[in-house]
Amino acid sequence: MVATRRRRRYSLLTRRDKVLIILMVGIPLTLDVLLIWGPTLASVLLSFTDWQGIGTVTAQNIVGLKNYKTLFTGYAFFWPAVEHNLIWLAFLAFIATPLGMLLAVLLDRELHGKRIYQSVFFLPVVLPLVVVGFIWELQYAPSDGFINNAFGLVKSGKIIDWLGNPSINIYSALIATSWRHIGYIMVLYLAGLKSVDPSLREAAKVDGATEVQTFFNVVLPVMAPINVIIVVVTAIEALRAFDLAYIFNHGTNGLELLSILITNNSISEASLIGFGSAIAVVLLVISLVPIIVFLSRAMRAQA
Amino acid sequence: MSTVAAAPRALRTRRTPRPRRIRPARIALHAFLIATVALWLFPLLWAIYAALRPVSETIINGYLSWPKTLNFNNFTTFWTEADLPYFYLNTLVIVVPAVILTLLLASMVAFCCTQFSWKFNLVVLMLFIAGNLLPPQVIIVPLYWVYLHTPIASFGSIDVGRFSFALFSDNGLLYDQYIGIILIHVVFQTGFATFVLSNYMKTITKEITESALVDGANVLRIWWSVILPLCRPALAAMATLLFTFIYNDFFWALLLLKSGDKRPITSALSNLSGEFFVNNNLIAAGALLAAIPPIIVFIALQKHFVAGLTLGSTKG
Repeated sequence: MVATRRRRRYSLLTRRDKVLIILMVGIPLTLDVLLIWGPTLASVLLSFTDWQGIGTVTAQNIVGLKNYKTLFTGYAFFWPAVEHNLIWLAFLAFIATPLGMLLAVLLDRELHGKRIYQSVFFLPVVLPLVVVGFIWELQYAPSDGFINNAFGLVKSGKIIDWLGNPSINIYSALIATSWRHIGYIMVLYLAGLKSVDPSLREAAKVDGATEVQTFFNVVLPVMAPINVIIVVVTAIEALRAFDLAYIFNHGTNGLELLSILITNNSISEASLIGFGSAIAVVLLVISLVPIIVFLSRAMRAQA
Repeated sequence: MSTVAAAPRALRTRRTPRPRRIRPARIALHAFLIATVALWLFPLLWAIYAALRPVSETIINGYLSWPKTLNFNNFTTFWTEADLPYFYLNTLVIVVPAVILTLLLASMVAFCCTQFSWKFNLVVLMLFIAGNLLPPQVIIVPLYWVYLHTPIASFGSIDVGRFSFALFSDNGLLYDQYIGIILIHVVFQTGFATFVLSNYMKTITKEITESALVDGANVLRIWWSVILPLCRPALAAMATLLFTFIYNDFFWALLLLKSGDKRPITSALSNLSGEFFVNNNLIAAGALLAAIPPIIVFIALQKHFVAGLTLGSTKG
């Protein structure tokens, strides 16, 4: 049955149509492979070389796992960067994302001014990160910033350098990031909540469940697909983090991130392409976890 | 239907004729939300406040002080001294072609993958989606090399005053060219747009395409004049979202452009603020000016914006 249907559909396509389909998919696909998947593969291969970007890669450039060995044992910024990426992930996953979900749950009801609340929370999401960076620098600046002045730290001479102190600046950057991330998660989650069958909630209410009980025992389980997406989005945002750290201090002195180490090592005076690629491969391998989770989810939905 | 729904409410009002009691939980909720809104808006309002004050006044009184004078001088100074219109134009010539090309390519792929069943359509979709999810830094090193080694023909340029759009490259390469930036945006965003548009097109029955084929239309024609018009809401949503994504880009322009006069407004802003402008009031004004286009788009097209984001998440 399926086979005959399919054959019938194909017979409608002329040879010209088939060529057109191949072109319509083939041109974008070629670009995608050449500029994304090709470079991804090249990153993996280059990570086994000491190539510096000049001339061609020869057999003499192959150094095996040397870049990885240097990275894991000899490079002072690698483990701090891993730690910062993990802090970034944990902060988003355990603080910012739940706050975004909370706002979504609070706004998912008949409420005066709901549109206004929603728009305000979402507003930072549309701002360029460069602008977000400058806006928060006005809050964090040591002697001119709002925070130090408002809490009297300037007057009492106990200035806190929110962006310069390497043990706290990552949290300052994370607060600025969360300002954006929370609104983003809120919108995604609100859309999911709207798709929950209202009769489920009615039934829970009739059974005498409180609002909190209803959320955790009824709504949250039904929302499983969107929960996965929220987790994946959070993980990918944490791994992609680059702009704010770069804008605040070029990703140094407490704001080292894997993404920044890659560019600092390979696209600068250093030009250690092989070494930079090894960091890129580490980032790639970590990123594959959320990507595969997302794809398997999407696969199931398509099938 | 409406009478059935109205009945219980009528019953209830009869039983309790008093005006509805305002529940304390509601008040607490509003209080919490208003406090959060204040917290959310504060950094932005503070930036506006700083931008409206002359720097001479904040040097004497500090930033945390009542204003004596408020004016738009910082905005006009930044606008003229940084030659802001020029950088808006740079952004425009990158964003507009990038959004249009992304929508064209993505809708082609989504159309072919959802309206026809062939062996690898799922695999192709997955390749596009996964490519968009990769952190851009994973591919930057080889991509940078590709940009430095791909020869591009030069056929002159389109010049408007100081502004010059090279056709297609003024240095024979992809690197440091408008078309190079446009290209990487198109390729990267096509993944996301394909995903969203294919989610949308799945809801269009295949019979539409089949009957158009029976009527003798070719595939390209069906894509353009049958499927694309049906996807108008999704295309509008995607256009809004892509405009904002590409406008806000910092990373690609930072690494794939070298000339200061080709930079889009976002990376120009970060460049200028270190070199030419050191006072916070002026930088705040510049940052706010750079934020105006996406804010206008958001306010005017909020529905599309949210629709685009949720199309990408709820049906995945």
